[in-house]
Amino acid sequence: MSAVVHDKPNARPLVGDTTESPVGPTPLRRFLRDFFASPVATGALLMLATIILIAVFAPVLSPQDPYDLGQVDIMDSRLPPGEQSMTGMTFWLGTDGAGRDMLSAILYGLRTSLGVGVMSGLIALVIGMSVGLTAAYFGGRVDNLIMRVVDVQLSFPAILVALILLAILGKGVDKIIVALVVVQWAYYARTVRGSALVERRREYMEAAICLALSHRRIVFRHLLPNCLPPLIVVGTLQTAHAIALEATLSFLGIGLPITEPSLGLLISNGFEYMLSGSYWISFFPGIALLVTIVSINLVGDQLRDVLNPRLER
Amino acid sequence: MSAFIIRRLLQSVAVLFVMSLLVFFGVHVVGDPVYMLIAPDADQEDIQAAIAALGLDRPIYEQYWYFLVNALQGDLGNSFIFSEPALKLILQRMPATLELAFSAMFIAVVLGIPLGVYAGLKPESIPAQAIMAGSILGFSLPTFWVGLMLIMVFAVMLGWLPSTGRGDTVEVLGIPVSFLTLDGLSHLFLPALNLALFKLSLVIRLARAGTREVVHQDYIKFAHAKGLSSRRVILVHLMKNIMIPVVTVLGLELGGVIAFAVVTETVFAWPGMGKLLIEAIQQLDRPVVVAYLMITVLMFIVINLVVDLLYSVLDPRVRLKEAGQ
Repeated sequence: MSAVVHDKPNARPLVGDTTESPVGPTPLRRFLRDFFASPVATGALLMLATIILIAVFAPVLSPQDPYDLGQVDIMDSRLPPGEQSMTGMTFWLGTDGAGRDMLSAILYGLRTSLGVGVMSGLIALVIGMSVGLTAAYFGGRVDNLIMRVVDVQLSFPAILVALILLAILGKGVDKIIVALVVVQWAYYARTVRGSALVERRREYMEAAICLALSHRRIVFRHLLPNCLPPLIVVGTLQTAHAIALEATLSFLGIGLPITEPSLGLLISNGFEYMLSGSYWISFFPGIALLVTIVSINLVGDQLRDVLNPRLER
Repeated sequence: MSAFIIRRLLQSVAVLFVMSLLVFFGVHVVGDPVYMLIAPDADQEDIQAAIAALGLDRPIYEQYWYFLVNALQGDLGNSFIFSEPALKLILQRMPATLELAFSAMFIAVVLGIPLGVYAGLKPESIPAQAIMAGSILGFSLPTFWVGLMLIMVFAVMLGWLPSTGRGDTVEVLGIPVSFLTLDGLSHLFLPALNLALFKLSLVIRLARAGTREVVHQDYIKFAHAKGLSSRRVILVHLMKNIMIPVVTVLGLELGGVIAFAVVTETVFAWPGMGKLLIEAIQQLDRPVVVAYLMITVLMFIVINLVVDLLYSVLDPRVRLKEAGQ
């Protein structure tokens, strides 16, 4: 980012207009100061960082490998939280119907859920960003056509679009990522187009066009960096949506296969035991899912407040 | 005006046609339903007979053509599993889904507006902040998990309410409904509450934002100055003006509630069309999947069309802008 700023004095940094005060804090410092001004958002960010670390290092952290049949004993099935196994291992969050340690299953599930959410979010971001920039930069017929498609898609709720796609594609990690990308790209495209249409009329864009720079250079080095702030906000909130949607679809039995258990699938597995009182099999994965989604949403809300130059600070 | 209506209608038909193509050809890419339906020890001849009986041996464009011609006559094919017309199966289940969706909307409005208005009138008070925190939770909590927790608390632990099915129904104009019997109502309450939570959070936010905007307007001050009671000012002057955005958004969200009913119906074993869809997807019952998707898409297109047309009646700028393009 800094390279772009030095390269072109007109390209504005990530955070609003900071050129008036030559001795003021750098945009990054100012962004950090504003972000950490809210204790709730700071806490949420710490929580989110912890969750991501847990997900990345799940195989190291978890007490057992829940999908290694050698480590799981059916004799330990449906133990309540805090019980010990025959070999003296404590199941802090209980075990499921097959005798798996729920804590380990949740750590592995978190890994799958976050992985699918982040991956689909990134792919959708790249696709939506390219389409939205194309629409805004070229305008006219291209813009009309693209935005008509976006409007039609957004008039259907996300879950219906995902249901149609998964009914067609079937189960699988790749398939659910495709479905989540198709659901999300339109939001990114609309966001980028909106901010790019505003930026296109600025003087630095005129200057770049007058310098006869290539389309590619103008779009990627001048236009794109200035459209990033709203994109970051939408990206954060959309990732939370994607994680929730994936959990819902897996719960319905049309998302991930049993070999890749996400949190949604763990909750679904616990459903049949819930009526007989074994609440923990569904309850704890749900709490993990909830904490993840709430942290991402809180971080996203704070990013929106800090990155939006129109809001008074 | 009529040019606007015709253009919108044509657009809707085009969307419906594209969706039918996508859904039909898409569904045909998924595995072969023949092997789900015949006995595992069937020989090649039986398989061929079954394929011919189901019409699966024709070229795919021919199958689509028959599908389209029949669909326009209201025939979306027979379910492979139930051997009944797919459309009939869906329509049989539709009242249950609609009852659930409207009950959820009702809960969202009846609870959401008072809570939102209160939070808007006293934004700094502790109950108001609790309401807003609750609405953030309502947005973040996955619907299906909340449904499970409702079952756990109210059905398993407390034993107050039943957790599955529709309960006793009575027929009104030939349509079975649950909400008129006590048993049906007790079955309806938890699923409706579950489906309502997301919309409830939305209504609270809309009502709060509307209240905070309206409360500083001159006509509210004037109403107070006239000596009207606060009660009357809030119930008449304020309510009327915050209802406009609430009603608009709820109209648009109705389709979303019907689509999301899939989740609630699965959790509470509510015999609606969403549950039928999930079962049909798992059993590769193509005609039912296609019929559900076509019916829902049609419903959405009609809702969007009606909202668009209402807007153009209420706000002439919309159709002028369209005509100017």
